[in-house]
Amino acid sequence: MRLSRSAKVILGVVTVLVFLFIYGPLLLVVVNSFNADRTFGWPPRGLTLEWWGRAFDSSGVREALVSSLWVAAVSTIISLVLGTLLALALLRYKFFGRDVISLLVILPIALPGIVTGIALNNMFTTILGVSLSLWTVVIAHATFCMVTVFNNVIARLRRMQGGLEEASADLGAGVFTTFRLVTFPQLRSALLAGGLLAFALSFDEIIVTTFTIGAGDTTLPIWILQNLFRPNQAPVVNVVAVVLIVVSIVPIWLAQRLSEDSVGIGAVRVKGSKG
Amino acid sequence: MALQSQQPAPGAPSVASAVPRPKANKVSALLHRSPRLRLAGLITAPAGWLVLVYIAALAALLITAFWTVDTFTGKVSTAWTTDNLVTVVTDPVYQRITLRTLWIAFAVTVIDLILALPMAFFIAKVASARWQKLLVVAVLMPLWASYLVKAYAWRNVLADGGLLEWLGAPLGLQSPGYSETAVILTLSYIWLPFMILPIYAGFDRVPDSLLEASSDLGAKPLATVRLVVFPLLVPSIIAGTIFTFSLSLGDYITAQIVGGTTQMLGTVVYANVGAANNLPFAAAVSLVPIAIITLYLFIVRRTGALNSL
Repeated sequence: MRLSRSAKVILGVVTVLVFLFIYGPLLLVVVNSFNADRTFGWPPRGLTLEWWGRAFDSSGVREALVSSLWVAAVSTIISLVLGTLLALALLRYKFFGRDVISLLVILPIALPGIVTGIALNNMFTTILGVSLSLWTVVIAHATFCMVTVFNNVIARLRRMQGGLEEASADLGAGVFTTFRLVTFPQLRSALLAGGLLAFALSFDEIIVTTFTIGAGDTTLPIWILQNLFRPNQAPVVNVVAVVLIVVSIVPIWLAQRLSEDSVGIGAVRVKGSKG
Repeated sequence: MALQSQQPAPGAPSVASAVPRPKANKVSALLHRSPRLRLAGLITAPAGWLVLVYIAALAALLITAFWTVDTFTGKVSTAWTTDNLVTVVTDPVYQRITLRTLWIAFAVTVIDLILALPMAFFIAKVASARWQKLLVVAVLMPLWASYLVKAYAWRNVLADGGLLEWLGAPLGLQSPGYSETAVILTLSYIWLPFMILPIYAGFDRVPDSLLEASSDLGAKPLATVRLVVFPLLVPSIIAGTIFTFSLSLGDYITAQIVGGTTQMLGTVVYANVGAANNLPFAAAVSLVPIAIITLYLFIVRRTGALNSL
């Protein structure tokens, strides 16, 4: 198909405009984090570093950050273990119920976040009578983070040659030794990519967290939501938002570089849990 | 291969001692002999987690929708009743909220489709290979910036005297302020990459040779798009609409941040879990988006879109 020059130009212009639409609002948050005027009128009348200073001094932000990091780390570890086991089982063995389980792992991200959130909230509070805490958040996050590890590991396993593992067994290595010395080294970068995605997903998650967190606890997204509507805190929220933009882009960029498996649709599908 | 080519470092244990014999480990030997045991060892923990945590929670949600809350004690009463479900379906208030949520999800999907199609086409078929990679990353990056930050960014854009008002003033346009329109705009913004990426992948899978053949046979670009590209693209487009539609349907945070008084199904669920402390009713309301999405998935199942998710 030979497109005319003008058709190409029009398509190019549309693409540029859509990118402006995508990045404009994010840039505005960055600019407003330096905006001296706390109502965010445009154009800004003056620039200041005051909000950045206040954000770094805020103990609320620090505590929320520590909780977020802890929740993301524990959920990532759990989802690394469970996701890897599941990928190995589903790819290497044929068994009754295999299709059901491969659907099950996707379900927590295929349904809207509010469904996952209220289902777990209801189970913890009404059915089990467990009081909500950071641990219930971890359980919820691990449930939908598992799929990022699973997707990365299963994609890598599909491309791995089984011969190496057979050779290892033939040479007398036991099941665990083969995993440690042969399978694991080949999975390492896929695990790192999947783990980073899981970490970022948990770190950013808001809806499921809202429904599973205890009254006294905050994660960073919860802190943002609580302070969003307070006029005095709004400029500090801008600073935290800028930090979040940067912090969430770094692991994703790393994950993209580490594993070609995690590019594109897999990542989109995983991110689908966040609504 | 990697194992064989490894040279033991000086002073390191020899290969023979690094690889224990099977007899040295009874569990390992047992697992080696029995594939069933190996499978059980692998599958028990993850499948157990998914069933005990997630499926149990979904089942409990369904059951809870048939319970009620005692208005005096605030405790959940486990007497079976369909009152909640009947209220959700027949009360005009909830009918209106359901229709509004459906409208918002539909509008978001259409806007994203209109924005994504030309852009995805440009990235997949017009841009050079080098630019293509860069542009895909540029689409992906904001996808990972927090949902909350993006909704908040629009609160900034739409603020009184904010950027949108300033941009619109010379053109005589007004900012929609915090309203239903703002919700549609913001959700379109947040979910746009979810539409661009599947459609981009769809365009990318259409071989260039097919396009050339079509043009060699005399088809104009528009005819090629209509007769060759579009039919191949349908599953990708539907995959994109599943994301934008389903994610909008369950939203309540964007509605809170930029929606003013706009109520969506998610808002009702949230209010009933928190302030109203009526989990059974919240459960009943949450069955509405589940039912709508299930119905939509059932309709599009035959197009093969589910495989390109």
